[in-house]
Amino acid sequence: MLKIKSYVKVNSIAEAYELNQKKTACVLGGMVWLKMGNRNISTAIDLSGLGLEGIQETDDEFVIGCMTSLRALETDKRLNEYTQGAIRESVRHIVGVQFRNCATVGGSIWGRYGFSDVLTMFLGMDTWVELYNAGKIPLTEFVNRKKDNDILVNIIVRKQPLRVCYMSQRNTKTDFPVLTLCASLIGNEARTVIGARSARAVIAEDPEHILENFAEKSEEEQKEAIRKFAGYAAEHVSTSGNMRGSKEYRTLLVEVLTRRAWETVGGMKDEY
Amino acid sequence: MNIKFWLNGIQRQEEIDPGMLLIDFLREKGCYSVKRGCETANCGLCTVLMDEKPILSCSMLAARIDGKKIVTLEGLQKEAEEFGDFLANEGAEQCGFCNPGFIMNVIAMLRELEEPDEEQIKEYLAGNLCRCSGFVSQTASILKYLNYKKTQEES
Repeated sequence: MLKIKSYVKVNSIAEAYELNQKKTACVLGGMVWLKMGNRNISTAIDLSGLGLEGIQETDDEFVIGCMTSLRALETDKRLNEYTQGAIRESVRHIVGVQFRNCATVGGSIWGRYGFSDVLTMFLGMDTWVELYNAGKIPLTEFVNRKKDNDILVNIIVRKQPLRVCYMSQRNTKTDFPVLTLCASLIGNEARTVIGARSARAVIAEDPEHILENFAEKSEEEQKEAIRKFAGYAAEHVSTSGNMRGSKEYRTLLVEVLTRRAWETVGGMKDEY
Repeated sequence: MNIKFWLNGIQRQEEIDPGMLLIDFLREKGCYSVKRGCETANCGLCTVLMDEKPILSCSMLAARIDGKKIVTLEGLQKEAEEFGDFLANEGAEQCGFCNPGFIMNVIAMLRELEEPDEEQIKEYLAGNLCRCSGFVSQTASILKYLNYKKTQEES
């Protein structure tokens, strides 16, 4: 059971940071995950009074406050236009509307959970996290950092030219995913992110440059590159088994979803 | 700690424990429609509206409702009764335990979506589990209710 000794709705991020230096303190996100654990929290730090819910769009970026709900991501027209609906696809299978009204993007990203659809999706874009103390760092770096006592303030998506497709496999609707995958062309860079392996999402590296200059390839060349890369990813992205799926099954999914997602990015199919 | 909030339209002020969950708080205040059907934030039985939005009261600290408006099924008797008839007529009522949470989310959906189709209904209500049925009767009752509302508006 979760036990909370005191609750503070902070007036500034500085105050939150100061309170969070104590090991037994904890910043609250949407609490949908936190409340399931057994934890004794000395001070629960609530950021919900700081206006950090919401998505601001500028010419160059989207600035998403850490307290923005997953439902707000799902229904935001601008973000979904930019991602060709991939953001909506990445969150709409997560439990239900009520859950997504509670769960926050900050909680999802800060937690760096192995099962995270949200983390997989945001790794597939030019995403940065803005931390109170450490400043702005790329999400690709943040994802491998050890959890510390910093405060995640905003998630920033730089508006590079983007073609992106998000896919997940679930044993049953609304359950945790068995595998998540985000394929994207960020400017010229081809990126494939694979999560719920069952470990934390990783970028499937392409040292043989199979997907290099993907956009310039003919359809035949693209198909061949996709086939080759899907095989390469299945061979090199490490997977493991848990109660939702075996290692072998996940590896099969890596190949299939990589192929399908890249076919969508390549415009060979346009459905989820 | 002290919180001020609205429960079903009435402003209240209460002393609470900082770790108390909203579901337990609401049941303590006599809102027995709010139920706990799982321990994993998955079943939707504890759904209430917070500032018009459906949320899981099992995952919300009571401390967080300070300054907010909470509505439970007890505060929506008229709407619930009207739709409840459609549910009953389709035989969607089995044990009835999931019903209050389900009706709360249906009401939230009807306020948020304009004329939802079957796919949209299924997607919006995916987080409401019923262990007796296969959701067919529930979906049928919503479609019939929508139709009834439409004819009512037209006349």
